[in-house]
Amino acid sequence: MSAASSGAKVVPLSPQSPAREVHAQLRGVTRVFQLPTSTLHALGPIDLDLAKGEFFSVVGPSGCGKSTLLDILAGLSAPQSGTATFEGKPVSGVPDGVGVVFQEDASFPWLNVRDNVAFGLRRAGVDAAEIARRVDYAVGFMGLKDFASSYPAQLSGGMRQRVCIARTLVMQPRLILLDEPFGALDQQTRLLMGDELLRLWRETSATVLLITHALDEAAMLSDRVGVMSTRPGTFIDFVETGWERDRDSRVVSTPHFGDITARLWEKLRVEAMKIMASGKD
Amino acid sequence: MTEKRLRILVVLGMIALVELLCRTGIIPYTVMMSPIQMTGEMVRVLASGQFSADIVTSFANIAIATVVSILLGFVLGLIIYAMPGVRRALEPLLASYYAVPTFVFYPIFVTLFGVGSASIISIAVLLAVVSMITATLNGLDRIPRVLRKTGQIYRMSRVQTALLIELPAALPYLFTGVKLSVAYSFIGVIASEFILSGAGIGYAIAFAYNLFENGDMYGLMLLVLVVVTIVNTALNMIDRRLQARRQR
Repeated sequence: MSAASSGAKVVPLSPQSPAREVHAQLRGVTRVFQLPTSTLHALGPIDLDLAKGEFFSVVGPSGCGKSTLLDILAGLSAPQSGTATFEGKPVSGVPDGVGVVFQEDASFPWLNVRDNVAFGLRRAGVDAAEIARRVDYAVGFMGLKDFASSYPAQLSGGMRQRVCIARTLVMQPRLILLDEPFGALDQQTRLLMGDELLRLWRETSATVLLITHALDEAAMLSDRVGVMSTRPGTFIDFVETGWERDRDSRVVSTPHFGDITARLWEKLRVEAMKIMASGKD
Repeated sequence: MTEKRLRILVVLGMIALVELLCRTGIIPYTVMMSPIQMTGEMVRVLASGQFSADIVTSFANIAIATVVSILLGFVLGLIIYAMPGVRRALEPLLASYYAVPTFVFYPIFVTLFGVGSASIISIAVLLAVVSMITATLNGLDRIPRVLRKTGQIYRMSRVQTALLIELPAALPYLFTGVKLSVAYSFIGVIASEFILSGAGIGYAIAFAYNLFENGDMYGLMLLVLVVVTIVNTALNMIDRRLQARRQR
C-alpha cells in the first residue's frame, strides 16, 4: 500500500473529539502520587475522546504518565480529579468489555497455552462448549495451534505475548488497552506482531488504545496518535495518520510513514531534550 | 557421560570401595559392616518385625512434624508478609536462625511435654518451621505484579486472586520450603530420639550401639538412608517439574 493509494496526509493538531461516536473518554483527569517525602504530579489534566472502533496510540517520554493513563481507563487506578467514562458510564473498577495486555509477560507459567487462554472465560462461568469454540479460534488466530499444550516456559517471548493477546481476545473486549505489549520484543517480531494486532483490530472492530515508546509502531498501527509532554503528562499534539483500515506493516516503506514519524519526533524531541537537560530518567 | 550417570557411578564406586575395604579386613567388622551385609541386616530387621513399632513411631513423628512445620510456617509467613514493619524487625533473626543449635532447648521441651513424641515433634518443628516461613516470604515476594493486575482485569476477588493466581505463582518457591521442612523433620526426629525418647529408630540405633548389636544398628541406619533417599528423589522430581515451569 502506498501513501498515495491510502490518500493519507498529515493533518494539523486535530480536535480531541472525533466525528464518530465516543467510546471512552477522559475529562480533566489528573493523577498525583504521594511519596514518602514528596508529592509526584504524574499526569494531567488530560482530556481524551476515543472514537468507537478507533486505533489510538499514545507516545511520550519515559515517566510521562502513559501507563498511568491506561490504568485509569482500565479502572486499575482512580484519578485524583476528573472523570473517566467507558460507553457512557463512569469507570469504577475494571469495566465489563475492557481487555488489557501488559508489557510484562502476564502468562500463567503453571497453565498450558489452552488453559491460559481459557482462564478468563472459566472465571466468567462461560459454558464448556463455548469456551472450547472461542479458545480454538483465538489459539488459531494467534498462530498458537501447534503449541496449545505447551507451557509458557517452552515458548519465546513473542509467543508468550501472543498467548496474552489471545487470552484478551477470547473475552471479546470492546475496548483493548495495550501497555507497550511489544516493548520486550525484537524489531522484526514487533513488526509482525503489529500485523497480527491490526488483523485482530479489523476482525473484532474493537477500540484500541496502544501505549508505546516506538514512534514507528505508533505511526504504522494507528488511526490517530497522541503525543504526551514530560511529567506531568498532557497531550501536546494529535496526529491523524489517515491510513486505510486494511493496512499492514508494509506501510513503513511509504513516504507518508516517514512524514508521520517525523512529525511525531519533532514534538517528542523537544520533550526528550527537556528530560535530558533536567537529568531525569 | 551425563552428569546423572557420573553421579551414580561415583556413589556406586564409593560403596564398592567400602565393600572392598570391609571384605579385606582393612576396616574391621567390629568397626563397620560391609554394605552387602548391611543390606542383609536391613532386610532381616524389616522381616523380623522386631523394630516395627520403632519404625512406625519415627515415621509418624516425622510426618506430623513435617505437616505442622509446613502449615505453621506457611501461615506465619503470610502473617509476616502482611505486616512489613514486623517483617523488617524479624528478618535479621530469621536469617541467623540456623546459627542457633536448636537441640540445646531439649530440656525445656522435656519439662513441658515429658520424654516422648510431643517433645520430639516440637524440636523437629522448631528446626523446620523457619525454612517454610522463609520460603513463603520468598514465594510471595516473587509473584510478578503483573499477575496480580491480571487478576484485577478478570475482576477476581481477593480470595480468588490468592487461590487461583498467587498460590500457584508462589508454588515453586513454597515447594522449596516443603523440601527443607521434610529434611529438617527427618533430622529433628531421628536426632531427638537419641536423647529424648524410649522409642523410635533413633532410640533403637542408640540402644543397639550400646549393646554392640552391629547388625541391628547398621540395618536401621541403612533403612533411614534408603527412606530419606527415596523421599528426596520423589520431592526432587516434583521440584524439577515446578522449577521447569518457573523459567520465564
